[in-house]
Amino acid sequence: MSKTMEPDLQSPLGGTHGETAGKEWRHPSDNWLRGFILDNRAALGTLAVFIVMMAVFMIANPTVFTTWYLYSSVLTTLPVALFVVVPLVFVVTCGEIDLSFPATMGFASWVFALVVQAGYDPFLGIAAAIVTGMLLGFLVGSLVVYGGLSSLIATLGMNFLLRGLIQIINEGRSTALTGLADSWAYKIFSSQLYGIPVQIFWAIGFVVLSALLYNRHRFGAQVKVVGDNPDSAQQMGIDVKRVRVKVFVFVGIGAAIAGTFSVMINFTWWPTAGDGYLLPVLASVFVGGTPTWGGIGTVVGGAIGAVTVSFIQTGVVAAGLSGFYVQFFNGLIIILSLLGHKWNQARYR
Amino acid sequence: MAERIIELRDISKSYGQVYALGGVNLSVDRGEVVGLIGDNGAGKSTLIKILSGVVKPTSGEILVRGKPVTGWNPARSRDAGIETVFQDRALAVQQTIVRNIFMGRELTGWLGWLKVDKEVAEASRLMREIGFTSKVFTPQSIVGQLSGGERQGVAIARAIYKKAELIVLDEPTTALSLTETAKVFHFVRQVRASGRSILFIGHNIHHVFDIADRFVVLDRGKVALTADRSEVKSAEDLINFMEDVAHPSGLPGLHDAGDTERAAR
Repeated sequence: MSKTMEPDLQSPLGGTHGETAGKEWRHPSDNWLRGFILDNRAALGTLAVFIVMMAVFMIANPTVFTTWYLYSSVLTTLPVALFVVVPLVFVVTCGEIDLSFPATMGFASWVFALVVQAGYDPFLGIAAAIVTGMLLGFLVGSLVVYGGLSSLIATLGMNFLLRGLIQIINEGRSTALTGLADSWAYKIFSSQLYGIPVQIFWAIGFVVLSALLYNRHRFGAQVKVVGDNPDSAQQMGIDVKRVRVKVFVFVGIGAAIAGTFSVMINFTWWPTAGDGYLLPVLASVFVGGTPTWGGIGTVVGGAIGAVTVSFIQTGVVAAGLSGFYVQFFNGLIIILSLLGHKWNQARYR
Repeated sequence: MAERIIELRDISKSYGQVYALGGVNLSVDRGEVVGLIGDNGAGKSTLIKILSGVVKPTSGEILVRGKPVTGWNPARSRDAGIETVFQDRALAVQQTIVRNIFMGRELTGWLGWLKVDKEVAEASRLMREIGFTSKVFTPQSIVGQLSGGERQGVAIARAIYKKAELIVLDEPTTALSLTETAKVFHFVRQVRASGRSILFIGHNIHHVFDIADRFVVLDRGKVALTADRSEVKSAEDLINFMEDVAHPSGLPGLHDAGDTERAAR
C-alpha cells in the first residue's frame, strides 16, 4: 500500500516536481475580465434580467418609456426600497430572515413624525428615528438570537406586534407634516436636483457604502462566515451571536431611514407606513441573486433586483396592459430569475 | 534532545463511573510527527479535547515546555501553541481561501476595513510554506473548489497563521482517496520541516505508519504501546500488535487492558 503511494508523494499536487516547486500562485489579475465576471456573476445575471425586461417594455410602448416622467416616479419610490433591501442581503447571507422591517419602518417614521410635529428640527427627528430603528432591530435580533427562536416566525410575530401597537395608539389616524417642505432636511434629502429626485443619490451612496461593507470590511467578512459555517466561525473566535444581532440592528437602521424618506415624500405619516414593502423587498433580495441558504450574496445584485421589481409595476401599466397583469409579471420575473440564478451559481458544500 | 512542546503525565478522565482515560502519558517534541492510533471509543477524542483545553482531566499533570501548567483551559492551550484541525467542520466552503485563513482575525486597518492585498500576500506565503502551490487556484479561490486534501492544507495553513507549534490533526485522511492522502502527507512533511510538530490521529494504521516518527496506540483509555519508527519494522507489525490487544489470544496477563479497567472500577 505504501509503495503505491510513493510516486504521488513526489509531486502530490500535479505536474513534475520541479514545476510545482518553482511555480508561484497564479496572480488573480491574470485575466481580470474573467475574474470580474466570475466574482459578480449573480449581480450580472440580475442586470441581464433587468435589461431584457426593459427592452420588452420599450418595444411594447416606445413613447411612454422614453418620457422622463416614468423614470422620475420610479426614482422617487425606489430609494425607500433600497434602504431595506440592502441590509436584508446581510441578514439572508447570515442565514436568517427579517420580516419585521415594515413595522420598524412604520414605528421609526412615527417617531420622526412626532418629533417634527412637536416643533423640533427634522434633523433631530431623523436621528430619533434611526435610534428607534436600532433599538427595534436590537430587540428583534436579541429575541431571535438569544431567545433561540426561528427568525422566520419570530420576526413575523414582531411585525404584527409592532404594527398592532402603532394602530392601537393612533387608532388609524395619520399625521400631516405641512411645515416639512420649508425645512433644510427636506431640501437635502427629498427635493430635486436638475429634475432628478435627490433621494436616489442618497440611496446610491448607501448601496455603495454597504457593498464595501459587505466585500471589504470585517463586518461583511464575518457575516458571510457565520452564514456559511457557524461552528467553524465559533471555533475561530468569532462571537457568532453578536454578529447575528448586528445584522438585525443594520436592518433596523435601514428601515428607519426608509420610513423617514417615505414620510418626507408624502409630507404625511400613515399608521400603515411601510406595510406595502414587505413582499417587493423580499422579492428584490432573491431576484438580486442572494441565495436562501446563507454564506454568500450580493448587495449590488439586490439593488438591481429592487430596480427590476420597481419597474415591473410601472412597466406593465405603461406598456398598455391592465393593472391585473402586475401580479402575474411579478411572479414571472421572480421565477425566471430564480431559475437563472440556480443555473448560474454552483452551491459548494 | 529536541525541546518538549507538551507532555501529559498520568492523565485520567472519568465521566461519572465511566473511565474514558485511565492514566495516559503522551508527549510531543519539536519537529516531530506523533501518530496516535486507536479504535473508536479508545479515548482519542477525549484526549484531543483535553489537549485543546475544552475538557478538564479528572487527574494528572500537563507540562508545557517542561513546566507544569495549572488551570489548563482553551486559552492556555492556545498560548501553548496547540491548534486542533477538525476534519469536517473546519472551513467555510463558500468563502475564499483568504477568508478562511483569516477567519476571526482579519487583517484590518482604519475602522475595520480589510487590508485585502496584505491578506492575499500573507496567505500566499503561508500556503507556500506548507508546500501548497498551484497553477489553478489563487488565494482568492473558493474553498469549495478544492479537493479534500487541499482543504486540509488550508486548515493547516490557518493553524500556522495562528502561530501553532503543535497542530493536532483529527482523522485528517479518513475520508480521503490515496492521492488526496498523499497531498496531506506532503503538507505534514513541510510543516515538520519548518520545525513545528504534528499529532496525527487516525484509525487507519497504514496512513499513520507512513507519516509518523513515533506511534502511540491507545486502547480502551490506556496507552497500549509507544514505539519509535525504528522499533516497528512494518505496518503489519503494528496491525498484529493491535489485533493482539483487541483480541488477546488466550495469553493471560498480556496487554489485557480490559482486566485492568475492570480492576480500576
